[in-house]
Amino acid sequence: MKELEYPFDVKKILSGKIKLRRLLLEKADGFIEKRIAILGGGTTSDIKDVMELFLLNQGIRPSFYESEYNQYYQEAMFPTEEFIKFSPDVIYICTSNHNIERYPSFSDSEEYVDQLFSEESEKYCAIWEKLEQQFHCPIIQNNFEMPAYRLLGNRDAYDYRGRTNFLMRLNMEFSRQASQRDHLLLCDLNYISSDYGLGKWSDIYYYCMYKYAMHIEAVPYLAFQAANIIKSLFGRNKKGLVLDLDNTLWGGIVGDDGVDNLAIGSELPKGQIYTQFQQYIKEYKKIGVFLAIDSKNDYENAVAGLEHPDSVLSKEDFVSIYANWEPKDQNLLAIADELQVLPESLVFIDDNPAERYMVEEQIDGVSVPNIGKVQDYIRIIDRSGFFEVTSLSEDDQKRVVMYQENAKRKQMQMNFSDYGEYLQSLEMQAVIREFDKVHFSRIAQLSNKSNQFNLTTRRYTKEEIEGIANDSSYITLYGRLQDRFGDNGVVSVVIGQIEGKNCHIRLWIMSCRVLKRDMENAMMDCFAARCSERGVGQIYGYYYPTRKNGMVKDFYKEMGFEKISEDAVFNTVWSLDIAKGYQKRNKFILVDF
Amino acid sequence: MSREQLYVKLNEVFREVFDDQSIIVSDMTTANDIERWDSLMHINLLFAIENAFEIRFDIEEGLILQNVGEMADIILRKCNDN
Repeated sequence: MKELEYPFDVKKILSGKIKLRRLLLEKADGFIEKRIAILGGGTTSDIKDVMELFLLNQGIRPSFYESEYNQYYQEAMFPTEEFIKFSPDVIYICTSNHNIERYPSFSDSEEYVDQLFSEESEKYCAIWEKLEQQFHCPIIQNNFEMPAYRLLGNRDAYDYRGRTNFLMRLNMEFSRQASQRDHLLLCDLNYISSDYGLGKWSDIYYYCMYKYAMHIEAVPYLAFQAANIIKSLFGRNKKGLVLDLDNTLWGGIVGDDGVDNLAIGSELPKGQIYTQFQQYIKEYKKIGVFLAIDSKNDYENAVAGLEHPDSVLSKEDFVSIYANWEPKDQNLLAIADELQVLPESLVFIDDNPAERYMVEEQIDGVSVPNIGKVQDYIRIIDRSGFFEVTSLSEDDQKRVVMYQENAKRKQMQMNFSDYGEYLQSLEMQAVIREFDKVHFSRIAQLSNKSNQFNLTTRRYTKEEIEGIANDSSYITLYGRLQDRFGDNGVVSVVIGQIEGKNCHIRLWIMSCRVLKRDMENAMMDCFAARCSERGVGQIYGYYYPTRKNGMVKDFYKEMGFEKISEDAVFNTVWSLDIAKGYQKRNKFILVDF
Repeated sequence: MSREQLYVKLNEVFREVFDDQSIIVSDMTTANDIERWDSLMHINLLFAIENAFEIRFDIEEGLILQNVGEMADIILRKCNDN
């Protein structure tokens, strides 16, 4: 919804939140449901309401537990029964510098200020410790915005008695804690408030009137950032940038102006500005975001532009280049198909409002930011939080390479007449194992991200995955697939629950990157083998339809199961008898099990 | 601005804030008459009124504005002062 994309209309959001909520709930279905506890150091109702809008817009339907006003410490240390029962998926501790118990005063000794600092930071450590033990879920903690005034002026920043200094020390300590604690993430109030404008942010009218920790108009900026962290935790980040060329990555039109006359490079201000933008875009590859081109150009001209000696980006930086005269929405769909991602996981960047409008109208869910003028591009893409990073796993950093390999596989596939021959040529090897500690976070991530090849659409937190791994009534498997083009990483996860002689498949997911590669068969073989070892005679599979998982509607049928029931909303239950044996299905993958 | 003109605009604000096209406010309307009008939505309501009429409520006014008649008096005074 346009109103909820950066740069948003804060007045419309704050005055129209009831209406916006209704529209969001009417518009979409297939939400994932998440329970969010907010422990506040001030009035948090508006933050909660606006955060809900941003989350709904990302396909997440939250339910909330909200602490009593300013009871964040008490409720964390001595959780109420209601809070415990709520069993949050994520906890947001929404505090600010209004919650500092005691600032240094000018008569305090340095040792005494150290003591104040320790008391303040230890209070939060105790909160995190307690919440981690009690709830085993991610905790989002605001750090502190800088003070509203500085008695010492600039010295406030470096004198041990200055408030600015005190808050900076606490922020450093929070960062240190967050880098060491697995469950702890920071919401960078310090950056958000300075980006917004600390003067207006700190308007005490709203604090004195309503105990708002910030100006009411700043509320959406904070709520948006907190929502971005949450959507990232639950796998709703975007995956790639699809970029236009002319007047987006360089100034001018390569086909008309010629390569030599493009604005790029350090000689002229206009060229510099595009160079900076290209540098910014190129950085994204390092955090696993892929780049593709969707441009109205002759292919030769597009490539010639990228070969400009001052171009930061080169042809090799893009996993896919569509430079032709087809409508851009068609190209974008082709890119999604080639890379095997959903169109809605793409961000389309184009300077031309008409092209943006077309793509936005034609493709549901794709992000099309209004990037403004060239000097605004970086800020708008950056503040939109499309790629909010909450964890950096090794797989994330390798992901761009994986997309590239995918494109190569697709090309190779076209050279084979027989699909089996193609699979054979891939020289695939899989490692299939029970859940282990190293992979808990990747497994949880996959469970939250997979929408298409997902039979039950159950979502798990890392802590839940850990619990299941340690529970002997479960059979758990993850599968890692490698082929001649590279390592695909962990691509499939199955969870079965044993009850007597039966095993119920609670989760079966696979990354669409490896669709039709025989991996599902390899997983099935191993799962059946594990079931036999455990004395299981009957395996039950469940399919719960959503807007996105139509592709696995007949999955269990293809796996040789029989349908035993179907209800009014087309949920189906399937069973497979393995008591008298099981015929192996995988033909093309060498499995290490 | 006349009181009638003010009410046309004020009514729009109420309808937008509470997402209810059937709302008709008058001098006698109080928070009890509108289901979602609680102390927290009151903040959003005052914010929307401030924007619609391009005024700012003073810190002592925000708390007493519990019925629409009083609200209209203050808005009118502020608008005509501008």
